[in-house]
Amino acid sequence: MSVATTEPGRLERDRDFNFNWAAAGPFLALLVLLAIGFVINPDFLSATNLSNVITRSAFIAIIAVGATFVISSGGLDLSVGSMAAFITGITIMCMNMMVPNVGLWSIPAGMAIAVLAGIACGLVNGVIVTVGKIEPFIATLGTMGIFRALITYMSDGGTIPIDRTLREAYRPVYFGTVAGIPLPILISLAVAALGAFILYKTKYGRQCAAAGANEDVARYSGISIIRTRTIAYVIQGACVAIAAICYVPRLGAATPTTGVLWELQVITAVVIGGTALRGGKGRIWGTVAGAVILELIANLMVLSDFVSEYLVAAVQGVIIIIAMLIQRFSK
Amino acid sequence: MTKTKWAVTAATLGALLLAGNAIAADKKVVAVSIPAADHGWTSGIVYHAQAAAKEINAAFPNVEVVVKTSPSAAAQVSALEDLSAGRKLDALVILPHTSEELTMPVKAVKEGGTFITVVDRGLNDPAIQDLYLAGDNIAVGKNTAKFLVDKLGGKGNLVVLRGIPTVIDDERIQGFKDGIAGSDLKILDIQYANWNSDDAFKLMQDYLAKYPQIDAVWANDDDMLLGVLEAIKQSSRTEIKYALGGNGMKEIIKKVIDGDAMTPVETPYPPSMIKTAIYMTVANLIGQAPIRGVVKLDAPLITKDNAAEYYFPDSPF
Repeated sequence: MSVATTEPGRLERDRDFNFNWAAAGPFLALLVLLAIGFVINPDFLSATNLSNVITRSAFIAIIAVGATFVISSGGLDLSVGSMAAFITGITIMCMNMMVPNVGLWSIPAGMAIAVLAGIACGLVNGVIVTVGKIEPFIATLGTMGIFRALITYMSDGGTIPIDRTLREAYRPVYFGTVAGIPLPILISLAVAALGAFILYKTKYGRQCAAAGANEDVARYSGISIIRTRTIAYVIQGACVAIAAICYVPRLGAATPTTGVLWELQVITAVVIGGTALRGGKGRIWGTVAGAVILELIANLMVLSDFVSEYLVAAVQGVIIIIAMLIQRFSK
Repeated sequence: MTKTKWAVTAATLGALLLAGNAIAADKKVVAVSIPAADHGWTSGIVYHAQAAAKEINAAFPNVEVVVKTSPSAAAQVSALEDLSAGRKLDALVILPHTSEELTMPVKAVKEGGTFITVVDRGLNDPAIQDLYLAGDNIAVGKNTAKFLVDKLGGKGNLVVLRGIPTVIDDERIQGFKDGIAGSDLKILDIQYANWNSDDAFKLMQDYLAKYPQIDAVWANDDDMLLGVLEAIKQSSRTEIKYALGGNGMKEIIKKVIDGDAMTPVETPYPPSMIKTAIYMTVANLIGQAPIRGVVKLDAPLITKDNAAEYYFPDSPF
């Protein structure tokens, strides 16, 4: 790397050559995983199984699209899992409160509240990190605890269930399909497409990458680091809200254990997808592939018979590392 | 919601003031130290402990029950020090976060002449406790298994979801395996789902993809059962006759009361055991009813007939 920076010409060539392979890495790993899965158990590739697995990877994928912005801009957000639980709780409570007055309209109204809450939470994280100049790891570790405590408080440690009259009407948002494709998959594709457009095609996207690649250079080029990173956290908050909106109809309840450890899955998905944890280049579609890979691995553990239930986590760890190695050496 | 919170805060403040008076009036003080509510079961513990305190304080003017919740083992150790620092405790009812860390602090309280009631999780040194009260995790598994053996005619395919690797989980699974031993019921698969609804939902989807014929599902906890039921509903599979849980969550007990076909029974490991323990301790203190020893609450099958006994609609769990 240090050699490359002294030879700008070579850096350009390297980047051009690397781009395709590095970007293809996660998809290559995905294909290998699908092939292995099919050999182990042919049911793995059945339409029902794949649609189940990809549907449930949607939450992580949607949140991870937001995380791609935060990480590529040089930040980190550990609070996303707790935030998802908190927003889920707020959404359900607001919907339940509105039902007697507005009936089923409380569903779209609740969704709007979810998005506003997400943006607000993201803004809080962003401002603490940028204006408050607190390390993102510590700042979001703090808000992670705050959001988790709030959902526990709101639920008295138990569950916040959605009103019975809304349950059936809201159900299709997770379980419904359009042209045979489950709705959460379509929503996550839409979020990823929008994310890719913003990150790759807009001025803000380039500022985001610049702020993450080299803060000082970005600042000298007239980019406001505070503004850029704060917006990244707001985008993250909005993504968490969208994931929460898809999550509510699945079990119809928020609990203090909702979204536990999602932040680690999200960060893993982003990194498997080819985004550097230290910032700079973000890869939206790689992130989505990363989220699917994580869920596929868990699925494969259950469908295969030769892993003891006690060793599942170890084998998952090994597969993730191998997937990263495939990427690294396919360059 | 906010109103009740204020009411609770006011009540707590009131209780503190009363506790202050208690010393002056030479009341008997019973301290209750429990984990803070961080999931369904502990939220039930907090609810039942507070309910018992309220009832006893109202019924017996010369007894003061003080409930203190702690979010971690370290916090619980500090709470014990705080509780016993200012006054003499006549009795302590404790559900320890961990056995290791709480053993010595509880011993210190006992040396001050306090009656010690330990609930659910034992201390490392059983000599410290005057009364030990717990549920029966082996029976939770065994009674569920016996029900399935009976109803499925001793034959069929089962899938099992277990929680987090702990003694509680091991005992339930062991009891279940013992219960089906000798029958032709076969456990097709058994995996961890962390006592978490979401993980259970995913695992059940995977079980359904993997096995074309499943006769019954046992999730060894009701949080997981909720996820299981949702996955079954989505799959539209019709061959699954029973999906059972355990613990005594109010939503599941309600199903039993309503005569649900897939979940007609439930086995309790009820958080209300803290209430039993507090009442027994107070009985010893003021009624001179001897209670030293070990009490093991059974986990009888909850059916439509006896479900009302275990149904607490106001509890969060």
